[in-house]
Amino acid sequence: MAAAARLTLLAPVAAVGRLTLGLTRLTGALTLFALRGLLACLSLPFYGRQLLQQGVAIGFMSLPVIGLTAIFTGAALALNIYTGGGRFNAEQIVPQIVALGITRELAPVLAALMLAGRVAATIAAEIGAMRATEQIDAMRTLSTDPFRYLVAPRLLAGVVTLPILTGVADIIGIAGGWLVSTLTLDFNPAVYARATVDFVEVWDVQSGLIKAAVFGFIVTLMGCYHGYTAIGGARGVGRAATRAMVWSGVLIFATDYVLTTLFTRG
Amino acid sequence: MTVTTPILEWRGIRKRFGGKTVLNGLDLEVDAGRSLVIMGGSGQGKSVTLKLALGLMRADAGDVLFEGKALSGGLGRHQQKLYRASGVLFQGAALFDSLTVWENVAFRLINADGRSRRAARVAALEALDQVRLESSVADLHPSELSGGMQKRVGLARAIVGRPRILFFDEPTTGLDPMTAEAINLLIVDLVKRLGCTAVSITHDMVSARTIADDIAMLDQGKVVWKGPVKDLDQAREGVVQRFISSSAGPPPAAG
Repeated sequence: MAAAARLTLLAPVAAVGRLTLGLTRLTGALTLFALRGLLACLSLPFYGRQLLQQGVAIGFMSLPVIGLTAIFTGAALALNIYTGGGRFNAEQIVPQIVALGITRELAPVLAALMLAGRVAATIAAEIGAMRATEQIDAMRTLSTDPFRYLVAPRLLAGVVTLPILTGVADIIGIAGGWLVSTLTLDFNPAVYARATVDFVEVWDVQSGLIKAAVFGFIVTLMGCYHGYTAIGGARGVGRAATRAMVWSGVLIFATDYVLTTLFTRG
Repeated sequence: MTVTTPILEWRGIRKRFGGKTVLNGLDLEVDAGRSLVIMGGSGQGKSVTLKLALGLMRADAGDVLFEGKALSGGLGRHQQKLYRASGVLFQGAALFDSLTVWENVAFRLINADGRSRRAARVAALEALDQVRLESSVADLHPSELSGGMQKRVGLARAIVGRPRILFFDEPTTGLDPMTAEAINLLIVDLVKRLGCTAVSITHDMVSARTIADDIAMLDQGKVVWKGPVKDLDQAREGVVQRFISSSAGPPPAAG
């Protein structure tokens, strides 16, 4: 009886312990996977054709959805800032705050989240299905390293294309703010544009692009890791796709906070 | 008297999954130029034996040797040497579904050997011809082919690098008897024509009798019988006899 009571009392502690061990194992496995992926990016052979294909699939094909997200976000942001600014007679700050919010924060984060939804799950499902049908094993027996052939091109494509997509989102997002401000809030188009150009600093754009490169790595890494380690057939592939998307989102927000802290210090 | 050298050896292999011992001190060897079929019931370690040789799994103890060198040694170079010298036909063919048939067959030539796509295509078409597939299938995707044709493409991919050793993982599983027979005969023909060593795993007795020179029977993680296929029916081990009789199927109905 006493032993059973002790076990019941210790159950929450055991659960915390299991969770801690699980997270430690996951962090370790993910770190090793990321290092192996980075090493594969930096070593030969280099599969240029694969990189090109992934660049198109990850970058170019995401352009419409990221463009639409950016224009509506820029427009909504302008309206919100106008309303908020109006409470202390500062409606004129709309161009500056829209530009700052878009370039430093919203464009990289929202583009990464869109990519997470569209790409992380796709990569996980694709590589997971290859794992389930022994295609990855077959690749190894054909003297081809799956890390170099499958993982490295996707990681590189994510790191290269997300900053480009973010750059496009910067322009479209600011244009969305300009459009709604000049059409509905009676801003002078030229004055709005001049205020934006005068206010935005190079570092505002650069910091957003650096964030985007990191997020691109995270999104593609999550897709590759969860796909590569998928077990349990079709169900396992489905689980891998969901996990890739969810963990990408969580890590994007966490990393965004860390990077923003670093970039705003001093 | 000719002395044959084992090209591939499993030495004292032990492998456990959780609490279950799958291989318990497995010792097995294949002589160069012979076709060995590893047989056994489900869960007796056939697939694990093959995967250990292919470096797709690690043994808890023991080693697999290719031409006398441990595959786990040489910082992966010995395993790579085996990959370079071998071709594998996987159970479900394991074709890359994003690539066309010819790109599948030429995968090693393009991505590992650095051949140009044009030269690799020519070699792939030759390999397809060897497995009796028309060049018209070359630009199709694997999903557009039947199971038997996928196996043939898998075979073409296995032989395109002119291997010295071929591995077959359940080559006839999932095929109808006529297609299975055609695949068996094709394997026999290719192994003979290429003059290579073959290692197959199967639980299909018809397939084993067709493609094997030697048979090794696994039970409880060890080889319980090994010998030429012609001696199989004389084996006195109970496990072998039970396996043969259960594979024979029910006697034909009278009348």
